[in-house]
Amino acid sequence: MKINVTVNGTAYERDVEPRMLLAYFLRESLGLTGTHVGCDTSHCGCCVVLLDGDRAVKSCNMFAVQADGHAITTVEGLEQAGKLHPLQQAFWDQHGLQCGYCTPGMLMTCVAFLKHNPKPSEAEIREGIAGNLCRCTGYQNIVKAVQQAATADEMVAAS
Amino acid sequence: MFPAQFDYQRARSIDEALSALASRGGDARVLAGGQSLIPAMRLRLARPAVLIDITPIDELSFLRENNGFLCVGAATRDFALEVSPLVASRYPMIADTSVLVADPVVRQTGTLVGSLCHNDPAGDWPVTSLAARAQLVLRSKSGDRTVSIDDFLVDSYTTAVKDGEMVTEVRFPTPDDRTRGSFYKLERKVGDFATASAATRITLKPDGTIAAAGVAIGALGPKALRVSAAEKLLAGAKPSKDLVAAAAREAEKIADPGADNRGSVAYKKAMAGVLVARALRTTFERLGVKGLE
Repeated sequence: MKINVTVNGTAYERDVEPRMLLAYFLRESLGLTGTHVGCDTSHCGCCVVLLDGDRAVKSCNMFAVQADGHAITTVEGLEQAGKLHPLQQAFWDQHGLQCGYCTPGMLMTCVAFLKHNPKPSEAEIREGIAGNLCRCTGYQNIVKAVQQAATADEMVAAS
Repeated sequence: MFPAQFDYQRARSIDEALSALASRGGDARVLAGGQSLIPAMRLRLARPAVLIDITPIDELSFLRENNGFLCVGAATRDFALEVSPLVASRYPMIADTSVLVADPVVRQTGTLVGSLCHNDPAGDWPVTSLAARAQLVLRSKSGDRTVSIDDFLVDSYTTAVKDGEMVTEVRFPTPDDRTRGSFYKLERKVGDFATASAATRITLKPDGTIAAAGVAIGALGPKALRVSAAEKLLAGAKPSKDLVAAAAREAEKIADPGADNRGSVAYKKAMAGVLVARALRTTFERLGVKGLE
C-alpha cells in the first residue's frame, strides 16, 4: 500500500505492507534508528514519536499506513541548524540519561507534554512521563531536565 | 513481532465504514485508537482479515452534552476527556477514570469506545460505564439501535456488536446537582491492567436518603460486573459507615477473580470490598455527606 509521510520535514513516498509497524518503518525503511524499540508491546515508551507536532504516540503500536498523510517527528528532528532542542540541552546539562536507551522516547514524550502543559509542577512531570520507563531508574535527573527545559527561553517563547 | 497479514481500509465517512463492514462482515474489525487491538493482533490473540480505520472520520470525534447525556464519539481519544473542562467540572467519575486508563502517552491515542468494544475484563471504562448506566449507539446499514451497557458487555472480549455494525457513540447520563460518582483502580504500576477496580454513582433525595445507586467492579470476573445487591441495599437507605461496609461486602461476594501475579483470589476479593468502600466514601464526600471517613 502506497503511503505519503513527512518525517522531520522531509516528504517520503513508500510502499508498505499494512502490518508494517511505524517504529520499524522509521528504523528499517527510512534508516532513522534514533527511535528505539524496547518492550515492543506499548508499555515502555522507548518508541515514542510525535504525530502532527503535538501528539506523542508509541510507534510500536501504530501501523505505518495510519501515518499516511501525517507529519512525524522523531528524535532526529529535534535539533535545528546544529542547535540542540532545549529539552536535549537540558537532558545534557542535568545528566538526564544513563544508558540512553529510553532517551529518545523520553524526549519526544516531554516535547508533547510541555506543549500541553508549559509550566508543570514536579508531580505533573512525574505523571507526564509515567508511560516511559527508564530501567536505569534515572528519573530524578530526567525530572530536573524537564524543569530546566520548561524555563528555557526558547520553550517559554514557543508556548 | 508483526501481526498476521490483513487488509487496511481507511473510512472517510460513517457510510464508507458501514459499506466496508457490510462487505467483509465477521472478518472485519474497526480500528480506532488501536491501543488494545494492535497488541492483541501482534500477540495473535486477534486476527482480523481487514481493519477499517475510522480515525479520519471527523463526525465520530466529539465530546458534548446533548439531551441529558454526555456523548462521546467512537473516534474521540481518551486525552480529550482528560483535558476537558466539561468532564472535570460535571463528570467526576469519568474524570477519575480518564487519568487512570493505561498511561499518559497511550491515552493520547486510545479511545473510550474502543475500550468498551474490546471489553477486556480488566478494562477501566466498562466499570465506569456500568456505574453510570451508559448507553451505546450502534449503527448498521439498516439504521441505529441503542443498547444499554449491561446488554452491550456480553462476555470477555465479546460485545453485542453484530457483523456489519459499528458503535458510533457512548452516552453517559448527565448528573443532576444531587448526583456524584467516583472511580478507584488498584494497579501495580502505571499502565498495568487493574488488579481490581470499582466505580460508584449515587443520587440523593432532598431528605438525604439515597434515590439511586450504581455500583460496578472490574478485573474481578469474566467481565466488569454490576453489584446489583449493593445497589438494592443502597437505594432508599441513609448514608452511613455501616451501609458502606454492607455494600462493600456485597462486592466481595460477587467478585470472581482468578489468581495471577497480581494477587490471590482471597486478596482480590478483599480488594473488591476495599475499593467499593473507597469509591462510596469519595462519592458521598462529593455529595457533601460528612462523617463517613
